[in-house]
Amino acid sequence: MEEIYLDNCSTTPLFTEVMEAMYKAQLQYGNPSSLHFKGIQAEKYVEEARKIIAGALKASPEEIIFTSGGTEANNLAIKGLAYRHYRKGSHLITTPVEHPSALNTFQQLQQEGFSVSYMRIDQDGYIDLDYLKTMLSNNTTLVSFIHVNNETGTIQNIKNICRMVKDFNPNILVHADGVQALGKIPLRPGQYNLDALTISAHKIHGPKGTGALWIKNGVLLQPLFQGGNQENNLRPGTENVAGITGFGKAVSEYINSYAGKVANLHRFKHLFFQELKEKVEVYINGPELKQGAPHIINLSFPGIKSEVLIRSLEEQGIYSSPGSACHSRNNQPSHVLVSLGLNKERIDGAVRFSFSVLNTEEEIEYSAKQVAHCVKDLQKLVF
Amino acid sequence: MLYLIRYGEIALKGKNRKFFVDTLTRNIKESLQGLEARIISEHSRIFVEVNKEEHDEEVKHRLQRVFGIVSLSPVSTADLSVEDIQERALELLQSSHTPPFTFKVETRRANKSFSYTSPEMNKMLGAYLLKNMLNNMEDISVDVHNPDVELFVEIRGQEAYLFLESYPGPGGLPLGVSGKGLLLLSGGIDSPVAGWLCMKRGLQIEAVHFHSYPFTSERSKEKVKELAQKLAEYSSSSINLHVIPFTEIQKEIQLHCPKELSITVMRRMMFRLGRDLAQILRAQVLITGESLGQVASQTIENMHAASIGVDLPVFRPLLGMDKQEIINKSQTINTYDTSIKPYEDCCTVFLPEHPVTRPKLSRVNEIEQNLDVDALIEKCLHNYETFPFKLTRQHTYI
Repeated sequence: MEEIYLDNCSTTPLFTEVMEAMYKAQLQYGNPSSLHFKGIQAEKYVEEARKIIAGALKASPEEIIFTSGGTEANNLAIKGLAYRHYRKGSHLITTPVEHPSALNTFQQLQQEGFSVSYMRIDQDGYIDLDYLKTMLSNNTTLVSFIHVNNETGTIQNIKNICRMVKDFNPNILVHADGVQALGKIPLRPGQYNLDALTISAHKIHGPKGTGALWIKNGVLLQPLFQGGNQENNLRPGTENVAGITGFGKAVSEYINSYAGKVANLHRFKHLFFQELKEKVEVYINGPELKQGAPHIINLSFPGIKSEVLIRSLEEQGIYSSPGSACHSRNNQPSHVLVSLGLNKERIDGAVRFSFSVLNTEEEIEYSAKQVAHCVKDLQKLVF
Repeated sequence: MLYLIRYGEIALKGKNRKFFVDTLTRNIKESLQGLEARIISEHSRIFVEVNKEEHDEEVKHRLQRVFGIVSLSPVSTADLSVEDIQERALELLQSSHTPPFTFKVETRRANKSFSYTSPEMNKMLGAYLLKNMLNNMEDISVDVHNPDVELFVEIRGQEAYLFLESYPGPGGLPLGVSGKGLLLLSGGIDSPVAGWLCMKRGLQIEAVHFHSYPFTSERSKEKVKELAQKLAEYSSSSINLHVIPFTEIQKEIQLHCPKELSITVMRRMMFRLGRDLAQILRAQVLITGESLGQVASQTIENMHAASIGVDLPVFRPLLGMDKQEIINKSQTINTYDTSIKPYEDCCTVFLPEHPVTRPKLSRVNEIEQNLDVDALIEKCLHNYETFPFKLTRQHTYI
């Protein structure tokens, strides 16, 4: 049976080139901190990747700190900035639609005595800027938000947010979680006047267990761990040489070989939705097609429970995800969809399809037909 | 290490005693496969001798899961002389306890021809231990009411046995002496406990699960497998899990039966499948985890409607237990943590909001006319998968 993977927000398959690059890096077993030749060889791999990734963000290499992934990068940014700048204030601002790695970090900070405020978002998931303005205070040190929402694909207007915050007080730091943005939309953290940006390798066909925090030159940060002086003293521990190499390779592949295909994603999304709309009743959860991220579409079908539809599709070789993959193992409704004000039926039925540059137009068309087919079949059983 | 094994109820079985003891011995032997241990069965006692120190813990773990065993103790043996008993007692205490402690000696003289009475032995042994345990006698003393250590001495026909501790076994009857049953295993908290209780009364079991992919997930099947594995730890050897595809029946019921009766009809189909599978497996009884009145489908009327067409006895060992009692039991037999993993079983996906608690049989029969019952049953039964689960080693060392 043919396999069609439409769960690329959860993770993506490795590019073959990435696998090869990692294998090669793995053969150079040296520790980048060693003084001898083996160490220097390994260090070269790491620094090469750092250059590629910095280049892709129009940033300088010393602004990139490699981490174990997006979760660690979010923790490092949020805790690291909140702790380091505590003397200036203890008020932090975030949104109710963050990834758990940010949401739960803020909850921890709240327990530790920080005051955390949550922005308002509208029914499509956009931040209410006017309200944000009223939240800023002299005690505010950090504003953090998810750039591209992993469940709905909502893209925040990062420039406007940064401008508003910095206009109020240029010392307030702004962090964005760019895990779902990298490779899908242009990312220029320096131009936006951001202070920190989280990115991750495995959402762009790189390896799991590798991510990075871009941190603007001169912004001070308290490290999460104590140890050696790797990564500018901000992230101790022997570098994951193969993972970092794979991350660099994935980024350069995106730029060199797949740049044209990113434009396809938007087309795929439209095609997928049009095919479905012709055949079944379907609702979009989140922003309308044109506005959302090119690779994410979150849909509900009347009367259909997401898990049942997902498994029916799996039988046809099509992989998708309920609301958000991070929630699928407990029975809690997605906090993101709840925040959009959707009713229970819509939330229970939400299925997220996420595309990648490795998908083909045929796959998208075929999948849409299969989805419509399964939905009709299941609707017979529930009505 | 030598373990002394005690079995309770079996000893009372009169003429059947030999059958029960032989079955128990065979089960012990089977459960110790792969371990360096041998069974010594003599004079109405069973001993297990472990010949490899690394296997001591594993043997104990397994013996504590053999039905029919009431308790077990690691024992030392001594010749039938006061001197030898004294020396062994001293060795035993010295190797297991560091002073200071208080102790007490408790002798039982089954062999009445032994020249000293139990109280005499207690005194002599106590005095000997006090004198020889250490140079500094202040560190140990006798306390007959609340001792830190109790030394038990059993004087029997050929030898004396000395031990300090007893570990409980599961009790009950040896697996297999009561025949064979088929357990309807759902993945919830109740059914594994029901199966375990029947195993405890000597019933060998196999389990059947009804799988409704894609309405229930692959993970819920994995969960049921995990539960079968947990029960296999008590099986002396292995348990078979049979998974019957149930999707087709589920769909037909949704399409052709009124919602409020769908659970009743679904359960009738499960019992029919259970009955037919039991026949194939030569099982004599169906076992379910039903508890009277726990949910809408566990009323007298629904239970009756479910099993009326089944010409096999149906055991419902949880019938009189409260939910909390069942939960407590599932925790002691170690199935609870698996049971509460949040994957739905086939009952929860299609659960109507108001299932009928007192279905009329005539109405149920009438509704089933809409289904081709025999064909559906035959088709499902044609495609079941069987997974064997073996007792696994719990104690391993690097």
